[in-house]
Amino acid sequence: MVDFSLWDIVRNLLLALRWTVGLSLIAFIGGGLVGLLLLMLRLSKLPGAGVFVSAYVQLFQGVPLLVQLFLAYYGLGLFGINTSPWVAAGMGLTFYASAFLTEIWRGCVASIPRGQWEASQSLALNFAEQLRYVILPQAFKIAVAPTVGFLVQVIKGTALASVIGFMELTKVGKTIANATYSPFLVFSCVAVLYFVLCYPVSLYAKSLERKLHAPR
Amino acid sequence: MRIQLDFGAVLAEWPLLLTGIGWTLALTAAAVLVGTALGIACAWVRARGFGAELAPRWLQVVVGGYVELIRNTPFIVQLFFIFFGLPAAGFKLSAETASFIAMVINLGAYATEIIRAGLEATPKGQIEAAVSLALTRLQTFTRVVLPPALQKIWPSLVSQIVIVMLGSSVCGQISTQELSYAADLIQSNNFRSFEAFIVVGVLYLLLSFAVRHLLNWAGATFLFGRR
Amino acid sequence: MPPVDTSATVAPIVDIRALRKSYGSNEVLKGIDLQIAPGEVIAIIGKSGSGKSTLLRCINGLEEFQSGALTVDSKPLLHRDAAAMRALRQRVGMIFQGFNLFPHLTVGKNIMLAPSLVKAKDAQAGEAHARALLARVGLTEKFDAYADQLSGGQQQRVAIARALAMEPAVLLCDEITSALDPELVGEVLRVVEGLAQDGMTLLMVTHEMSFARRVSNRVIFMHQGRVHEMGTPAEIFGTPQTPELQQFLSSLHD
Repeated sequence: MVDFSLWDIVRNLLLALRWTVGLSLIAFIGGGLVGLLLLMLRLSKLPGAGVFVSAYVQLFQGVPLLVQLFLAYYGLGLFGINTSPWVAAGMGLTFYASAFLTEIWRGCVASIPRGQWEASQSLALNFAEQLRYVILPQAFKIAVAPTVGFLVQVIKGTALASVIGFMELTKVGKTIANATYSPFLVFSCVAVLYFVLCYPVSLYAKSLERKLHAPR
Repeated sequence: MRIQLDFGAVLAEWPLLLTGIGWTLALTAAAVLVGTALGIACAWVRARGFGAELAPRWLQVVVGGYVELIRNTPFIVQLFFIFFGLPAAGFKLSAETASFIAMVINLGAYATEIIRAGLEATPKGQIEAAVSLALTRLQTFTRVVLPPALQKIWPSLVSQIVIVMLGSSVCGQISTQELSYAADLIQSNNFRSFEAFIVVGVLYLLLSFAVRHLLNWAGATFLFGRR
Repeated sequence: MPPVDTSATVAPIVDIRALRKSYGSNEVLKGIDLQIAPGEVIAIIGKSGSGKSTLLRCINGLEEFQSGALTVDSKPLLHRDAAAMRALRQRVGMIFQGFNLFPHLTVGKNIMLAPSLVKAKDAQAGEAHARALLARVGLTEKFDAYADQLSGGQQQRVAIARALAMEPAVLLCDEITSALDPELVGEVLRVVEGLAQDGMTLLMVTHEMSFARRVSNRVIFMHQGRVHEMGTPAEIFGTPQTPELQQFLSSLHD
């Protein structure tokens, strides 16, 4: 048994935190891009688009993230693609995030009052112009708070990547806990680090929410 | 390269899958009952506008701290802390007990915020009417405030319960015999990893669907239907 | 109100024949026949549910009708043809009960948006035009304000300016003062009266009976999805023929 000081533990955890942050950003941005595509697809009114996106969302929201990550890991292996934990975790979390983000954004667009659609339509704007100049600018403002809030979910989701071998904060924590026989201390530190990462984002999302509903 | 998928090998292990489903549902049901009660109690402490003046300040801080801590840390870390960390401090727990406690604590925190929103949406006039009718504070809370609040937030609460049920998949990591653990067990036997998790994924989908509809029906029938 | 030439030699600007519309199994318009001459001001009155707003919304295509013919400016209304609908909405403008101003744009931008996109008006000309229209509705100083900084009456006047920016031939007004506090109604009606005097073709669904009486050339009373009675204001308000209209008019004076 190697003797670890508290500082050793924290230092190693902090190093692992980088990967947590990195994976979170990849999943959030990647998921955002895919989610945006899905939103456009849904708004395009192409036949079957609505059903497809709806089914996509139901799928990723109805299966545990853990199972999604395992499927990404084993599935990619089946197709002969290199299943490094980065690729599997990155892809798994990206698709997971895309489903939730597209649903959040769909809700925001749906909350725009019908009168806005009717007024812009009556002014002879076509569908693309309605979206671009009237609907989406308003939907965007509403979407910022819940989107930032979802970032917290993504960060927490990266903890599951530990299960498919991704070396992020939780995995390193578990390893150190085993090595030092002090799980209470180590997991407390892990929890604190996640808290320090997530709580400011949660607060920011809450303040955005308040600002949105504040009277001008 | 031909991919050979063999679902039969997975489905042949249906007793394991059934056990997994059983544990998943049992854990979820138990966690829902206790976690919701915990959520109602904590929501009362945190809600602004009525009754909260009664709760001592330290309690509000403790509950607030609990809620924010749980909501800003991953469930798997909470589970590991309870299962691996607590024994070091003297509390030895079985995997199932640790899973149950973790799920209760987790659902409780989220339920607190959801129910709090419902409580704070109570029109002031309702409480004024109840007070004018000489109802006690507890009666006002349980008979006038809580039922409409629950009805309002029921869909959000049901969604959160489904999330917790899906989250129970993590408990397999400490060898609780729920559904994802069954998948792991099956694939370690016959190496059909992809198929095992596909089958389990589909089962979770069906469970989410069933649980959501069951809870929506239950809410409408038992809690706030029109008789 | 000066008389309008409704002789057969002038082609109607809006020509509605045998229009029928249903929502599912509920038929709300049961065969409407109506010809509107250019420059005419028509008030449509009736109980709620009589189909007044639905008829209006059919004319600019916000509602689809199942049978009959609707022609605006000699062009038939073709719902499937996006280009035709776009052209239609440049000829027919609409003012809504709920104003529907775009909250994320200033008043000026609200007015300038559609002309810049649909008519490819350049920014300078668009701004000058918008300022002129704002002056016409009496809100010159509000060019850079946002909708939530204005009263209801002011918002509705901006909505009128916005619709006028497209230089329509026909203006549809769907209960445009119903959502306003009583003291704000007058300022909006004054603007509409000005439009009528300037020769705009107006179709107004309204509950402002004295205004309708003063300003319109023709009044249409709708009842259960049909044009029940039609005539000059003097005829409709002074000598109602049918019991339904008599009952409607008397119910207003409670």
